[in-house]
Amino acid sequence: MSEVPLFDAPLLQVRGLQKFFPIAKGFMQRVTGHVRAVDGVDFTLNEGETLGLVGESGCGKTTASRCILRAIDPTGGQVLYRTRDGRVVDLASLPQRELAPFRAEIQMIFQDPFGSLNPRMTLLDNVGEPLLVGGMRSRSERTDRVAELLKLVGLRPEFMHRFPHAFSGGQRQRIGIARALSTNPRLVVADEPVSALDVSVQAQVLNLLLELQERLKLTFLFVAHDLSVVRHISDRVAVMYVGQLVEVAPTASLFSRPRHPYTAALMRAVPVPDPRVPPADGALRGEVPSPANPPSGCYFHPRCRFAQAKCATETPPLREVAPGHMTRCHFADELTLAGA
Amino acid sequence: MVCAMPPIPIAIEPPLLQVKDLRVTFGLDEGVVRAVDGTSFDVRPGEVVGIVGESGCGKSVTMRAILQLVDRPGRIASGTILYRDRNGAEINLTNLSPRGPEMRAIRGAEIALIPQEPMAAFSPVHTVGSQIIEAIMLHAGQSGRRITKAEAREITIGLFRDVGISIPEQRIDSYSWQLSGGLRQRAMIAMALSCQPRLLIADEPTTAIDVTTQAQVLELLRELRRKYNTAIIFITHDLGVIAQMTSYVVVMYLGRVMEQGPVDQIFHSPKHPYTRALLRSIPSLYGETRTALPVIAGSLPHPFNRPAGCPFHPRCPEAMARCAVAQPVLLPVGDNQAAACFLHHEEAEA
Repeated sequence: MSEVPLFDAPLLQVRGLQKFFPIAKGFMQRVTGHVRAVDGVDFTLNEGETLGLVGESGCGKTTASRCILRAIDPTGGQVLYRTRDGRVVDLASLPQRELAPFRAEIQMIFQDPFGSLNPRMTLLDNVGEPLLVGGMRSRSERTDRVAELLKLVGLRPEFMHRFPHAFSGGQRQRIGIARALSTNPRLVVADEPVSALDVSVQAQVLNLLLELQERLKLTFLFVAHDLSVVRHISDRVAVMYVGQLVEVAPTASLFSRPRHPYTAALMRAVPVPDPRVPPADGALRGEVPSPANPPSGCYFHPRCRFAQAKCATETPPLREVAPGHMTRCHFADELTLAGA
Repeated sequence: MVCAMPPIPIAIEPPLLQVKDLRVTFGLDEGVVRAVDGTSFDVRPGEVVGIVGESGCGKSVTMRAILQLVDRPGRIASGTILYRDRNGAEINLTNLSPRGPEMRAIRGAEIALIPQEPMAAFSPVHTVGSQIIEAIMLHAGQSGRRITKAEAREITIGLFRDVGISIPEQRIDSYSWQLSGGLRQRAMIAMALSCQPRLLIADEPTTAIDVTTQAQVLELLRELRRKYNTAIIFITHDLGVIAQMTSYVVVMYLGRVMEQGPVDQIFHSPKHPYTRALLRSIPSLYGETRTALPVIAGSLPHPFNRPAGCPFHPRCPEAMARCAVAQPVLLPVGDNQAAACFLHHEEAEA
């Protein structure tokens, strides 16, 4: 594990982040309820580290990351970002106009390498667009920068006059990474960047991300559902369930001793690529509850093997149970859960 | 040795399905794509055979060829697919007309498919129950039995209960879009089981669903195999699923079988450089973190630009001069295991 440099203030501090989507019904489209997609998420991100955000579909991990980027406006909470000159700004409440300078500093890598590039633009225009938006008017200047970026991600600069269709999935993902890096970002939000790729190509892109982070001192928020991938790339991991964080911990600590039954169940569900390891029994029963109508108390209690009466009535807080290891379980201290 | 799947006693029962030197080509304007180029494997009753490979390796086309569902301009160029039916008669499926009554009687009733996207496989304008009831009545009619709608409905409710759908009496009347991903896949499995097929083809059945749901579906499939002795062909790119579900594995790359053998040998003594590279390149829940993963250099070539010689040679760490010009034949390299690689034998394809 790489060392996380210590700073006075973290690069990003997310406090009580909320995003509710209204449910409208009937002819008058009256709002009858809310989907609590992100319901009070707190975490910090230190400069130069990778935080993995995992969870199953619908848990709110993508919505949370989009709120941080202000691609959508959060309903509540704070996204405190430390600028290059050491000021702390709340991105969640900043008006659109004042967000502009931060757009370049926080960039995104998308999941689908086929849908995220404009098929009618050459690589030069695809990768160079953020530069143009950022005010780099001279085409020759942009050409030089794009050539440099393509080399950085392991593509030949001559490719810049070609269109995206000429490239494979892995190459397109490299193009997407080049575009994200064009503005010299400090924070990169990567939403499932390798889940659409073939196994042999996935490893190449993971290696590239690790290498770029080292070279450019990038900070990553890595959103994914694949636990093995998240474990491989992250310094710390945050686990989401129905719009809330249930556990946040350093990677080694989380995987060797998970403190939340949901995290342990997630780990057990990953099929082990070794036929000599018997399949884990006791798959998690039931379904992920709807964030429009979450259960009472601990959101996980209806599916939890260890649930007790208290779990159905009292909502457990996210609390620290070991150094840097936070969990949202009443019985974290009593339970001994098997890790990977 | 503990195996995820108890090994099937080999050669006691004759194979249910024998695929021999199957070749499927797609004649396109840009040239002929050899999507499947000489695949052979057997499936015995109750056995789970895995076909693993990356996109474009021909795993799904192989499955479509078995069901005679290859769409134009694709066609089965050569090879045989022998299926042993309930009466013990051997039928060469490639001789049957894809739209003819014999093939229709086999599809669903003898060989059933669990598709990757249950959302796309169910009609959104009919209830899931009505679609399964229709299939049951249709196949009963084909085999000359009369069955009433009420009886078919009872069978469907029973199937829903078998695959672990709670309150089946209500769920039978829901539409596919009202069900969650896991329930939809269970309903699809119930449909595939509705005519008690002897062979199930599962094409990436868990790729579109979450891990905890995947664990439930895999457990269900294991249980069904135990209960009904159904043979399964499991197509996936996930090596974890292959290790946990299958007893015999076929590894494909660009339409060709690189290696095949019993699951334990494929994972613990792989012979082909592609199999070895594939196994090394997956991050696991146990290895070193934040270190460079061993990678397979380069990327998957486009099917039109298939390399000459061994299709894997441009990316192979152990490629020799010969690999670029001659195509190795799949030959035995161990107990029940075969590899197509010059590292292990000299034989090249004519």
